[in-house]
Amino acid sequence: MTGYIIRRVLQALPVFFGTTLLIYFMVFAMPGDPIVALFGDKGVNPAIADQLRAQYHLDQPFIVQYLIYIGGIFQGDFGTSFSGQPVGQILASTFPVTLRLALIAVVIEMIVGVAIGLVAGLRKGKWFDNSSLVASLILISTPVFVIAFVSQFFFAIKLGWARATVSGEANFAELILPGMVLATLGVAYIIRLTRSSVIDTASQDFVRTAYSKGLSRARVTRVHILRNSMIPVVTYVSIDFGILLVGATVTEGIFNVPGVGRTLYQAIIRGEGPTVVSFVTVMVLLYLVVNLLTDLLYAALDPRIRYDK
Amino acid sequence: MTNNRNEHFVANLADTAMAEIDAVRISEKPTNLYLDAWRDLRTRPMFYIAGLLILLVATVAFFPDLFTQTPPNDNCLLANSNGSPTAGHPLGFTRQGCDIYSRIVHGTSTSLSVGLIVIVLTTLLGIIFGSLAGFYGKWVDAILSRAGDIFFSIPYILAAVVIMSVFSDFRNVWVISAAIGIFAWPSTARVLRGEILRVKQLDYVMASTAIGVSRFRILLRHVMPNSIAPVIAVTTISLAAAIVAEATLSFLGVGLPTSTMSWGNDISQAQADLRTAPQVLIWPSLALSITSLAFIMMGEAIRDALDPKARAQR
Repeated sequence: MTGYIIRRVLQALPVFFGTTLLIYFMVFAMPGDPIVALFGDKGVNPAIADQLRAQYHLDQPFIVQYLIYIGGIFQGDFGTSFSGQPVGQILASTFPVTLRLALIAVVIEMIVGVAIGLVAGLRKGKWFDNSSLVASLILISTPVFVIAFVSQFFFAIKLGWARATVSGEANFAELILPGMVLATLGVAYIIRLTRSSVIDTASQDFVRTAYSKGLSRARVTRVHILRNSMIPVVTYVSIDFGILLVGATVTEGIFNVPGVGRTLYQAIIRGEGPTVVSFVTVMVLLYLVVNLLTDLLYAALDPRIRYDK
Repeated sequence: MTNNRNEHFVANLADTAMAEIDAVRISEKPTNLYLDAWRDLRTRPMFYIAGLLILLVATVAFFPDLFTQTPPNDNCLLANSNGSPTAGHPLGFTRQGCDIYSRIVHGTSTSLSVGLIVIVLTTLLGIIFGSLAGFYGKWVDAILSRAGDIFFSIPYILAAVVIMSVFSDFRNVWVISAAIGIFAWPSTARVLRGEILRVKQLDYVMASTAIGVSRFRILLRHVMPNSIAPVIAVTTISLAAAIVAEATLSFLGVGLPTSTMSWGNDISQAQADLRTAPQVLIWPSLALSITSLAFIMMGEAIRDALDPKARAQR
C-alpha cells in the first residue's frame, strides 16, 4: 500500500508542475498591464510603477517569475493580490463557504439519488423506473445556469421560500437553495448509478441465498442489495465532492455566494494573475489528493481490489 | 476388456458441435458489433426521438429562413422591450425589442458549429493520445497520460475563461471551440486508452503479431477498429457538453461577441430582467436544453446498443 501511495505521489508531481506552469503561462499571456490598470484614471507614475513591478517580480522573465512563485508556494506563501491582500487570506475566507456548499450538495445527492435509484432498480421496467430515468435524463441535459435561474425564479421570487441571493455570511440555511441546484446533476447521475448497480447486485447468487434462508425482503434489500451496490456510488460521490470543492463558478455567481468559484472567476476577469494562479494551484492539489483518496477508498470498499502485487 | 472400446475413438457425431457448425450459412453476411448495434438501435424509441430532434436542429441551423422571415437583429423597436407575444412574433421580444423566436432560430447554427468543431478537435487529439498511450504502453503511456492529466485537472470551464481572456480581442466560433476542445480531449483519450488496453490482449492481435504484421499496422487495422465503439458514444455526448459549454462561456461574458447570434448571449442578457420578464430567459434556455437532450439521448442509445452488457440488462 505504501509503495502504491509513493508511486502515485511521484506520478502526481509532473502533473502538478505542468498544470501550474500552463496556467501561469496563460495568465502571463493575458493582454493588458495590471499595474497600469491599478492607477485607474490617474496618470501613471513611472517610478511607482517600476517599484510595483519589482515588488511583484513583473520585471523578471516569465520562467523566473514562475520559479519565484512556486518557491513561495512551498513555503506556504501564496503571493499577494494586486489590491495588496495576501492570496492565502482570500482563500481562507472563501474556502469554508465553498466547503459548506459542497457538503450540502453532496448530502442531498446521496439521500435523494440513492433513494430514487434503489426504488427504480428494484422495480426495473415499471413506471417509477421509467419516469425516474426520463427525469434524470432531463436533469443531465439542462445546463446548470438554467436550473439555477428557474429555481431562483420559482423558489425565491415567486414563492419566497428562500432568499434569491446569499449574504456575506453565507450560513447553512442560505446555502440550501444553491446547494440543491448544485446537487441536481449529481442526483441524476447517482439515480442511474444506483439503479444499474442494484439491478446487477439483485441478480447475484448471494441475494438468492439470502432469500432462501428465509430473510425478510426488507432485510435483504437493506443488508445484501443496498450495501453491495454502494461501491460505484461512493466513488462517484467522492470524485464529485472534489469537483464541487474547486468551486461552482456559475452557481456561485448566480446566487452571489462568496465562495472559491466566484472569487476565481472575478480574478480572471480582472486579470489578477497571482490570485488566479494560486487558486488554480490549490484546486489542482485538491484534485490530485481527492483522486488518490478515491482510489484508496475503492480498495477499502472492495476487498478484491489490491494495489500491491 | 470389451472390444467395442476402440469403436468410438472419435466422439459420436450427435454429441459434437458439428450440427451447429454445419448450420452456419457461409453465404450469409457475417454480423459484427456495428451491425448488431444498428439492429438494436432500431428497436429503441429513444433513438427515434433523439434522431428526429437532431434532424430538426440541423435543419434549423442550415436553413433558418425556412422557419422565420423576421430578421433577428434589425427592426428592433425599443417600444417592444420585453414585450409579450404578438401576431408574427410568437415568443415575444427581448429587452432590445428584438424577436425572440427569430433570435433562437438564427442562434442554432452557432451552437451546432461550436459543438461540431469541438468534437472534431477532441476526437482527433483523443484518438492520437489515447491510442498511442494504450497501445505502446510503458514510457509512451506514462508521458501521454500525464500530459492528459495536466489538461484534465483544470476545470475546463475555468480554463476556457482564461483562454478567452487571453484572446479577448478576437473572439469567434473557432477560438471558443479551440478553448473548449483543448481542455476537453483527455476524457476521450482515457476512454480509448482503456478500451485499447483490453483489445490489444485479444487472440487476433497475438495472431497478427505471430504472422509478422508490423506494430503500427496492427494498431491501425486490428486494434483501432475494435476499440473505437465507446469513443462514438462519448463523442455524441460531448457534443452536447460543448454546446452547453459555449452557452456557459457566453453567459459568463467571455464567450462570443454580442454581435454574434448565440443562445448563451441571449440568456446572459436576459438575466437582468429575470424578475419582470422571465420568458425572455426561458425560451433560449429551452432551445439549449432540448438540443443538448437530443444529443445526450442519442449518445446513450448508441452506447447501450454498442455494449453487450447493457443490451442484456434491458
